[in-house]
Amino acid sequence: MAETTQIEEIKPPVTDVGVIGWLRQHLFNGLFNSIATILILGFLIKLIPQFIQWAFIDSVWFTSGQECHQAAGACWSVITQNIRFTIFGYFPYEHQWRPLVAMIILVGMLVYSREWNRWNKRLGYAWIFALLVMGLLMKGGLFGLVPVESTKWSGLPLTLLLSFFGILASYPLGVVLALGRQSQMPIIKSLCVVYIEMIRGVPLITMLFMSSVMFPLFLPEGVTIDKVLRAQAAIILFTAAYIAEVVRGGLQAMDRGQYEAAESLGLNYFQMMRMIILPQALKIVIPPTVGILISAFKDTSLVVIIALYDILNTTKSILSEPEWTGFSTEAYIFIAMIYYVCCFSMSKYSRRIEKQLEYKHTPNQE
Amino acid sequence: MSSEQNSNAKTYFWNDEKTRAILYQIVTAAFVAFIGYYLISNVQTNMEKQSIASGFGFIEKEAAFEIGESLIEYSAADTYGRALLVGVLNTLKVSLIGMILTTILGTFIGVCTLSTNWLISKIGTMYVELFQNIPVLLQLFFFYALFYEIFPAPRQALNPITGVFITNRGIDFPVPASDPVWGYIGLAFVAACIVIWLVRRWAVKRQERSGQQFPTFWVGLGILLGLPLLTWIVNGAPTEMDVPVLKGFNFQGGRNISPEFSALLIGLVLYTASFIAQIVRAGIQSISHGQTEAAMSIGLKPGLVLKLVIFPQALRVIVPPLTSQLLNLTKNSSLAVAIGFPDFVQVAGTTINQTGQAVEGVAMMMVVYLTFSLLTSAFMNWYNKKIKIVER
Amino acid sequence: MKLWKSLFIGCSLVAVSAGLAFADNGDTLKDVQAKGFIQVGVNGDLFGFGKADQKGVWKGLDVDTARAIAVAVFGEYKDRLRYTPLTAKTRFTALQSKEIDVLTRNCTQTLGRDTSLGLDFVQVNYYDGQGFMVPKALGVKSAKELGGATVCVLPGTTTEQNAADFFRSNNMEWKTVTIENTAELSQAFWAGRCDVLTSDASQLAGLRASAPKPEDYTILPEIISKEPLAPAVRHGDNQWKDIVNYSVLAMINAEELGITSANVDEMLKSKDPKIQRFLGVSPGNGAALGIDEKFAYNIIKQVGNYSEVFERNVGVNTPLGIERGLNALWTDGGLMYSPPFK
Repeated sequence: MAETTQIEEIKPPVTDVGVIGWLRQHLFNGLFNSIATILILGFLIKLIPQFIQWAFIDSVWFTSGQECHQAAGACWSVITQNIRFTIFGYFPYEHQWRPLVAMIILVGMLVYSREWNRWNKRLGYAWIFALLVMGLLMKGGLFGLVPVESTKWSGLPLTLLLSFFGILASYPLGVVLALGRQSQMPIIKSLCVVYIEMIRGVPLITMLFMSSVMFPLFLPEGVTIDKVLRAQAAIILFTAAYIAEVVRGGLQAMDRGQYEAAESLGLNYFQMMRMIILPQALKIVIPPTVGILISAFKDTSLVVIIALYDILNTTKSILSEPEWTGFSTEAYIFIAMIYYVCCFSMSKYSRRIEKQLEYKHTPNQE
Repeated sequence: MSSEQNSNAKTYFWNDEKTRAILYQIVTAAFVAFIGYYLISNVQTNMEKQSIASGFGFIEKEAAFEIGESLIEYSAADTYGRALLVGVLNTLKVSLIGMILTTILGTFIGVCTLSTNWLISKIGTMYVELFQNIPVLLQLFFFYALFYEIFPAPRQALNPITGVFITNRGIDFPVPASDPVWGYIGLAFVAACIVIWLVRRWAVKRQERSGQQFPTFWVGLGILLGLPLLTWIVNGAPTEMDVPVLKGFNFQGGRNISPEFSALLIGLVLYTASFIAQIVRAGIQSISHGQTEAAMSIGLKPGLVLKLVIFPQALRVIVPPLTSQLLNLTKNSSLAVAIGFPDFVQVAGTTINQTGQAVEGVAMMMVVYLTFSLLTSAFMNWYNKKIKIVER
Repeated sequence: MKLWKSLFIGCSLVAVSAGLAFADNGDTLKDVQAKGFIQVGVNGDLFGFGKADQKGVWKGLDVDTARAIAVAVFGEYKDRLRYTPLTAKTRFTALQSKEIDVLTRNCTQTLGRDTSLGLDFVQVNYYDGQGFMVPKALGVKSAKELGGATVCVLPGTTTEQNAADFFRSNNMEWKTVTIENTAELSQAFWAGRCDVLTSDASQLAGLRASAPKPEDYTILPEIISKEPLAPAVRHGDNQWKDIVNYSVLAMINAEELGITSANVDEMLKSKDPKIQRFLGVSPGNGAALGIDEKFAYNIIKQVGNYSEVFERNVGVNTPLGIERGLNALWTDGGLMYSPPFK
């Protein structure tokens, strides 16, 4: 007994605990790691003060472009002075509160919907209502709101619009394509395979070119489809093919027994898919699906190439003004931050839902 | 639907599963065929009605535009066909170099994120987070702007090493003056590779038989450097160089790497590497820790554990997603059009501009990228199979 | 499930109905009158010809041309025009597919386009030619000294060909940098990525006006091509073509007759039968075109004559500082000439 107490009283050597211990374990374990740590630290010590000097100490925030050219550091004025144009683009100046409110509604709805247990009928109606309100705010024409044609939709609202509807519409389409590809019917199967492989084989930019320069000729005389909607369709068709491949992975990962059990219950194909297979398969593939959706969000920036004014293009438009040429680094850093925040929150969001779904399927909940 | 389930007294033909399947398919096929026919007939009516030209006849015509950089001889007097070929080769060039670099960088960063060194793994993770979440097009714009905003004009060129000049026109560096010797050295290099392959095969066999190890790496390096060097000396060791000189507006002579190419390459490599790092990381993590411990316990050093035990197994997990990332890189190279590198999409775009034949132009773009995709996946499938057989 | 289904269907219906537009058969005038506005294709990036400011107000020579057309059809242009910014690639398809009703996007009239692209050009609203812009610091005085230069080319259909022809015929080496996006390319040029920027001279002037330091750049004297820039309409709709054509000509004719937006009301009292016919005091012209008799009066009153439009957007007192040159009236040694309005 006395011995045990004695042993407990012996403390680990000071080099194994506390700050020193942590340093030894994580930074200086071994010769190579020590050298690497020192090199990296030296590099960071040289670099970080320089960056801080440039970005914060020598920088200017609320000046005109001329004063910016004299400043030694970063010119954040390029953002602060042009923030309304960067965000809202060519949307009529005095009506820019409308897209702002629409974006706030969208973000608010998304934040509210983050809890799985809030997903019920009422939320569904709320979404329908919110979408209608957002559409009304953007398009106008009712209740005394001045109509704004879609060619004037630009900046961040356009980016969010393209990605939100791109994601919303491509998901069900992708699931249908995946089911088609797994189907026993040869014609349907081969059509789906051809579609998926063809779309996955070409870059999005060719799809956008197709939508902007080629597709109008495919329509009957006199029918035209709005430019924004065409780009939207291209993004949806493109993303759906990728989602289909991911969902197929989920379907293949399902145990054969699940199918057999469902069939032996007498469920038909649609019932089986809807009630047994898809809920499980889609859950397995949440992480890769989110990866695809994040890509879709980033890829909306490609509409720059077909002259739609999303947030990247409004920024470029600012940079081509004589007052603000030469500050692309600052402007691009700002846009990169916006994209980063959006993508990052998307992946956090999905992880949250994924966790809640896991919890839901513990036995006592069933 | 549920009522159909219950009616089992008499089976109507539409309740028969097989008949129904055929019916569905016929309906779908007819629908797709109808849509296809409808769209194509629309194109035809539109084109005829407005007398828009069609067909691929323009391929034979003189292109009459210049292309900034080309791997083959090209001038404005050549045909559209050749111009498009130049575009294809440029796309291949940037894709191939990009694939190699991004695989190396991605693997390196992937290994870094698993490092026991806290600083290295944090930096690796931060890299992945950062570059994954920013659109590649934005990165391209950023790097391109950086190139022409930071570097000086040709007359104030940076000159870090004798003969190498860095300007906002790109990097100019000397190359050996044309001499048949360089051709021979190329052959010697290929020969060296073959010899090394044979040596390695022999060394592996010997090790399996007798357990004796052979320093393949050092011998290989010796052959790889030695054989070309020998060829060079035997042929009189020519040292004449084609050095870039500032003449008029630009540097003449030597080789030039343009800012467009560099920005495109750097953007694509950094972006794709962040995805590959994640794949490599997941691949390594998929190997159970017992493998590492077992390898350590037979006395292998950490580097060798990675090389001999972990990697060969992890590759099976890594290769399929890696393939699709490398394909993505190829496809993303089409963004070159935004920063002015004359890749295939850019050349085809100019062709559309000049001929006004959008349908043909876009169709060609799709066919070319589809071919790239199919070839890449065919290669990777073959490689996949090969790995599987070796590993068994 | 049903809920989500209906949500999805609802959304797609809304989206499709929001974007689909049905135009009538080949009669553009009727279409336009039915929908109440003209959809016009413009450049969007070109200062002095077609560019919106940060508040979304469109300005430029091409924009004013579009306004004249709107005034001819509706008697006013406010809220009667919707602009579609188009790239060089998309402009002709947009017109062919009826996405737009008229294209005023500094397009060069050529035989090839007139015949094989299913469109018709009308009266030229700007006679242009391709030129070269260089930084003054280079000390270049003539385009013949450009051998070995790196040239930034704004892609259009004709610029690349003209430049290639010029360098080829003068046996000069050159390197090209071609970027589709005007903003990106001009930024690269200001930063010194190329020695020379080549495009239509008017466009060069417009770009120079938006340079960080416009005084550092000069446009070389050589003009290497003919670029008659004209509005375009779809092939085969003759009435619409006439309206667009005479809207442009009305501005030129007004200048010939000495009518400006300031004195047009006085001119209504003029005894000159030419002016009476032109302003619709003695009717006939409007009915022949199928529009308001006073269309010319309205155009001059609201938009101005050609000289006013020119000076307002690109003339010597604007940042572009372009002389009338070829665009002067024929009486002043230029090419602007209007057939009689009778």
